[in-house]
Amino acid sequence: MMPEEPKTSKRVDEATNTETMGHEWDGIEELNTPLPRWWLYTFYACIAFAIGYAVVYPSVPLLKGGTEGTAGWTSRGALAKEMDAEKAERAPILAALAATPIEDLPGKPELMRQAVAGGRAAFKVNCVQCHGAGAAGSIGYPNLNDDDWLWGGSLTEIQQTLTHGIRYPGDDQTRMSLMPSFGHDKILTPAQVQDAASYVRSLSGLEPKGAAAQRGSAIFATNCVACHGPEGKGGRQFGAPNLTDRIWLYGGSREQVVGSITNAHAGVMPAWSQRLDPVTIKMLAAYVHSLGGGEAFAPPAPDPAPAAPAAAAK
Amino acid sequence: MVTLVSRASLWLVLFLACFVAMVAAQDTAFSIQMGTCAVAALAALWFALRGARYDRIARGLPNAPPANTSLYDDEVIRWATIATVFWGMAGFLVGLTIALQLSFPQLNFEPWFNFGRMRPLHTSAVIFAFGGNALIATSFYVVQRTCRARLAFPGLARFVFWGYQLFIVLAATGYLLGVTQGKEYAEPEWYVDLWLTVVWVAYLVVFAFTIVRRSEPHIYVANWFYLSFIITVAMLHLVNNMAIPVSFLGARSISFFGGVQGAMVQWWYGHNAVGFFLTAGFLGMMYYFVPKQAQRPVYSYRLSIIHFWALIFLYIWAGPHHLHYTALPDWAQTLGMVFSVMLWMPSWGGMINGLMTLNGAWDKLRTDPILRMFVMSLAFYGMSTFEGPMMSVKSVNSLSHYTNWTIGHVHSGALGWNGMVTFGALYYMVPRLWGRAQLYSLRMVNWHFWTATLGIVFYAASMWVAGITQGLMWREYGADGYLVNSFADGVAAIHPMYVLRAFGGLLYLIGACVMTYNIWRTIAIGDQRDEKPLHNIDQNRDNDRPLGQHVAVPAE
Repeated sequence: MMPEEPKTSKRVDEATNTETMGHEWDGIEELNTPLPRWWLYTFYACIAFAIGYAVVYPSVPLLKGGTEGTAGWTSRGALAKEMDAEKAERAPILAALAATPIEDLPGKPELMRQAVAGGRAAFKVNCVQCHGAGAAGSIGYPNLNDDDWLWGGSLTEIQQTLTHGIRYPGDDQTRMSLMPSFGHDKILTPAQVQDAASYVRSLSGLEPKGAAAQRGSAIFATNCVACHGPEGKGGRQFGAPNLTDRIWLYGGSREQVVGSITNAHAGVMPAWSQRLDPVTIKMLAAYVHSLGGGEAFAPPAPDPAPAAPAAAAK
Repeated sequence: MVTLVSRASLWLVLFLACFVAMVAAQDTAFSIQMGTCAVAALAALWFALRGARYDRIARGLPNAPPANTSLYDDEVIRWATIATVFWGMAGFLVGLTIALQLSFPQLNFEPWFNFGRMRPLHTSAVIFAFGGNALIATSFYVVQRTCRARLAFPGLARFVFWGYQLFIVLAATGYLLGVTQGKEYAEPEWYVDLWLTVVWVAYLVVFAFTIVRRSEPHIYVANWFYLSFIITVAMLHLVNNMAIPVSFLGARSISFFGGVQGAMVQWWYGHNAVGFFLTAGFLGMMYYFVPKQAQRPVYSYRLSIIHFWALIFLYIWAGPHHLHYTALPDWAQTLGMVFSVMLWMPSWGGMINGLMTLNGAWDKLRTDPILRMFVMSLAFYGMSTFEGPMMSVKSVNSLSHYTNWTIGHVHSGALGWNGMVTFGALYYMVPRLWGRAQLYSLRMVNWHFWTATLGIVFYAASMWVAGITQGLMWREYGADGYLVNSFADGVAAIHPMYVLRAFGGLLYLIGACVMTYNIWRTIAIGDQRDEKPLHNIDQNRDNDRPLGQHVAVPAE
């Protein structure tokens, strides 16, 4: 069709009644349509907006820094302003929380509610990575919704754990204990480890109390009761788990229990006082306590000061 | 004879160098990569020696017989067309895989096939392998026809093609081996970057000298866009990849730029990779194939000049909008935003010029599925280039940044604009390149059109919803003034959207499978499907020749 036209002639395109430019490439011609007005004016409007915005906001780089803009706006300044406003709003509550010892919180329901709300937010930022968004934990990370506590579930005990962490290097008040690697360190033979595992699993009814469990019972009495107690109910002084329930930190399958006895676990939790302020830790303790398993203060609390690091029992 | 010997010895030296590097390598990955290079050099040596015409050399004639100068040099375009289809399928398949990995994390297979290694494989496969081969094929096709001249340096053009494939293979296998310099869209390490530089300069030489040899008085607008794409990508590539290798026998390097400067250089590169690779280059494609398929004159010559220069000038400054609310100085963020806003109309100039070219031919949309593909592509181009400036506005960005909205935006551009215009160009070129009267099936083009369009709708819509959900959840504060959601809450909330996105990707892949079959059948068998006819334009093959010396093929 088009290539029939002589190459340099301008012609009027019939369908659009517009003149062509008179060029042709491989049959392609171009119309001499003027710029669409709406397009041009919108382009101008965008340029005008850009210039205006550049006057109002920081925009032109200079030798040192840049122009500041007539609005005096900076992104750092805007953030600081928002943060300050937030802080000012919360200041009375935070001050009240700072002034209230955690033991007195249960007696002040409104303050407790505020503490739980703040703790819930702090938990989402700092704790969900290990304990999960619903605080249900996973292998190696305790579920915080149940009432099975390793180191104690009262407000003060939770606060202590949060502040100093568990087996956290660099905090000399951290909660400390170390289970021996009975298999790896050849304290027990592999057969003895198997027997001990049978006994441990029989405590929660996962295995029948057969001959292996009977042999394991003797091994348990010699090696394990110091921390886990004669009935295997655990001991909070050492963070030793209760072995008679069906809540397992590192799994309750045969392989998992044998694995735990062979190569002992020693989970670490950070000492959050190195990162968070005391009020946030207090709020976190209140939140974790509120999840369902919180315990009342132990009546005979003879030792409110942090328990001395418990040496690993042999 | 001299040419043959020097060419063969070049490949031999390269082979020996790669072999030594493979043996002496500091790490396994580098060793494997150098082994790949050695195999490639050996293959080049083999083909140089085997393809040589010793009978001609013995008679003192040049090795290569004179080409048929009455036809365009289309051989390398045919290879690049097949490569476009192949890498497109690979890239879409990996894309679907990683979409499923995000929905179902069990599908991550450590360490080679986890999301972290598969994602750059996907992005590089679709942008550089699929898009890059499409650009090489169409640019060589368009520049010859609009200049009415054969390719300058045909041997170099073949090197561009094969060298580029080696770059793709090195990049892709490197990612799976864990080799990356950690810069988005510029992941390949220093030695791959050096190789690409050589290939790219060769590309520029072939393209520019073909324009120099033109028989037409003026340079057609498509070629401005192609040329700006080739030159700018060379500049971006060189600056962003400046690095010092830790060892010349190892796969690691340290970038010249650190901290916020590094981020700024990276996003100057990253944004202009979108601007010049995926916009300017593909506009070049659009400016040839749309008027050809519509058989209409381009809407406005003036608009093409103004929007070309405005686009080129404004795009290059818009990169900082990727770094809003970061350590980047406020003035740079402001400039990134206002240049993006000003870019809106220059981008739309291309859409207007494409769509309005159909003036007087709109009725063809009812009957021509290839034209339909081009129009849908321009529609998505228009949507994405409005969405982009909007998302660069800081208050919008504070909601959209780091969310899946960005992913949706990118894919409405990539699947809609780049994908559809490429499919249209492939459907246009394939029958002409292989001398077929018609594609195997135009109905299949129509099916491809609908599955792809539906796929994009699922993809973009689900990612918009997911992105805005994320943005709102992250910033939600409760009545007590505390954050309401954890990050994982947001992930859980968008899981259904992730699944819908994967479904959209599946539809898009199915469409591409239909295309692959259609194109394969056209090339390999050349028959036509028995179907209700659809409209396609005549090929006008007599006119598809270079001007000037219409030399008949000389007798040997």
